Amino acid sequence: MTVLLSANNIAKHFGGIRALKDVSLTINAGEIYGLIGPNGAGKTTFFNVITGLYQRDGGDIVFDGQPLHVDSPHEVTKAGIARTFQNIRLFAEMSALENVMVGRHLRSKGSVLGAILRTAAVRAEEAAIQAKARELLSYVGIADKADIRAASLSYGDQRRLEIARALATEPKLLALDEPAAGMNATETAALRTLIEKVRADGTTVLLIEHDVKLIMGLCDRVAVLDYGEKIAEDVPAQVQKDPRVVSAYLGVPHES
Amino acid sequence: MQEHQKKIAGLALIGIALAALPFVIGMSFGNAWIRMLDFALLYIMLALGLNIVVGFAGLLDLGYIAFYAVGAYIYALLASPHFGIHWPLWAILPLGAVVAGLFGVLLGAPTLRLRGDYLAIVTLGFGEIIRIFLNNLNAPVNITNGPKGIAGIDPLAKSIDIFGYQLHSLYLVYYLFVALAILIVIVTMRLENSRLGRAWVAIREDEIAAKACGINTRNVKLLAFALGASFGGVAGGLFSGFQQFVSPESFGLFESIMVLCMVVLGGMGNIPGVILGAVVLTVLPELFRHWAGPMQMALFGQTYIDPESMRLLLFGIALILVMRFRPMGLLPSARRKAELVEHA
Repeated sequence: MTVLLSANNIAKHFGGIRALKDVSLTINAGEIYGLIGPNGAGKTTFFNVITGLYQRDGGDIVFDGQPLHVDSPHEVTKAGIARTFQNIRLFAEMSALENVMVGRHLRSKGSVLGAILRTAAVRAEEAAIQAKARELLSYVGIADKADIRAASLSYGDQRRLEIARALATEPKLLALDEPAAGMNATETAALRTLIEKVRADGTTVLLIEHDVKLIMGLCDRVAVLDYGEKIAEDVPAQVQKDPRVVSAYLGVPHES
Repeated sequence: MQEHQKKIAGLALIGIALAALPFVIGMSFGNAWIRMLDFALLYIMLALGLNIVVGFAGLLDLGYIAFYAVGAYIYALLASPHFGIHWPLWAILPLGAVVAGLFGVLLGAPTLRLRGDYLAIVTLGFGEIIRIFLNNLNAPVNITNGPKGIAGIDPLAKSIDIFGYQLHSLYLVYYLFVALAILIVIVTMRLENSRLGRAWVAIREDEIAAKACGINTRNVKLLAFALGASFGGVAGGLFSGFQQFVSPESFGLFESIMVLCMVVLGGMGNIPGVILGAVVLTVLPELFRHWAGPMQMALFGQTYIDPESMRLLLFGIALILVMRFRPMGLLPSARRKAELVEHA
């Protein structure tokens, strides 16, 4: 099994608060990797560090065999990590299709001059961008909503759209920050199918989630963060039994 | 096919109307109004340039007139007796666009992290810095001739005789301006529907998400500043040759705000809206200037309010009315309209 991402001793502090204390974890190519932990455990901070939104204070990251330079988020995206956000961040006033088309930015190269002269190459590229975007919309199951303003989409569709936009960057690793938050059981089930499909098509998935049932059913391996420290990393069945995890997550069991 | 023919017929009609317009106006109202028409075209170019920065990329720029000034002074310096240089228009305009574009980057680079109010303040300062430089660059080496300005600039066109009929230079200037304005409209439309145009709107909508989509926001913002500024530079060069005189006082804060008003009143981000805004805000004040005095004389036998102050008064009232009844502008873009309705 090849390692896709290995994060070694990642540290991040905000003033005196140590949000991440030497967190190390490895994600293998082709797996669905879950990152769980109670509120404030540092999951999203870890996400923001590996996607370049935050600058880390220690440790190093190797992605796809190369050290990951995380000076700016667009370079991380270029390297092959795409993400979604906990509180959905779509381009609200653009149509669903346009949102995904923006995601193709990196994988297209039309220049200013090309756009002004509207060369044959640029026209062809525009057509290709649009075709790919439509393909991705139907991939996530919202092809019929291509022309609807992103802000007018239903909550579940917005989540799907954000995934489609992230996939448009052709990531090797898709990082989803609480994709099931606020979803009902049906929507969660559909999301689960979608994530499995993404993995089956060759994209590794990193998943932050609160929905323990979803994580346990979906993930190949799970890491648990608590107060900025990794307290477990294993297959779900083992993690579930780990006493440290149980106490972190559910509180210390008490005799009744 | 039918559709295509209709489109061509429509464009032909617009073309004929634009070609005939100065003759109609010139014969019925006189040359002063053709002059105003020329100014309206200049403002269309300026407003479309600012629209890239403010309308598309969502970066509030209050110092935009500085780029107009840069273009104007480049023309003034390279085509006037001031230095004794007389370059042709077609050499100076592209140079003006490039230099103004560089100034755009110069303004953009230090303000990349700023948004909204903070950006507005810095750009406002930048506009003033340029104006003050122009005002003071007459010593120790006289470059800009200071507050006195540069006079005797080469005209854009001279009146010509066609079969004994004299065609006033204002007409030729009009056709030059129309051609360039159309060029700028086409460029803007193409940019809007391009990879870059989408990136601008993405930054306006959510900068963090835009970064996460792999957009190099630094470069894309700088491009918005540079391209917007280069339009301003072209318009400035034309202004210079048209007026045959430039001085720093033409490039004050009020002018920046005027152009911004055109963009906002017409409908930010919407090309037809911005054009309408530029035309309305150029023509209406002039109308008042011409009619306010005589009308008061006719009605009351004397002038109570000076036409010049009346012009500003009515301008203010118009602004308030538009913001009250059409807050998204006269011709809003579909996107902005939805934005305001939802947030209202």
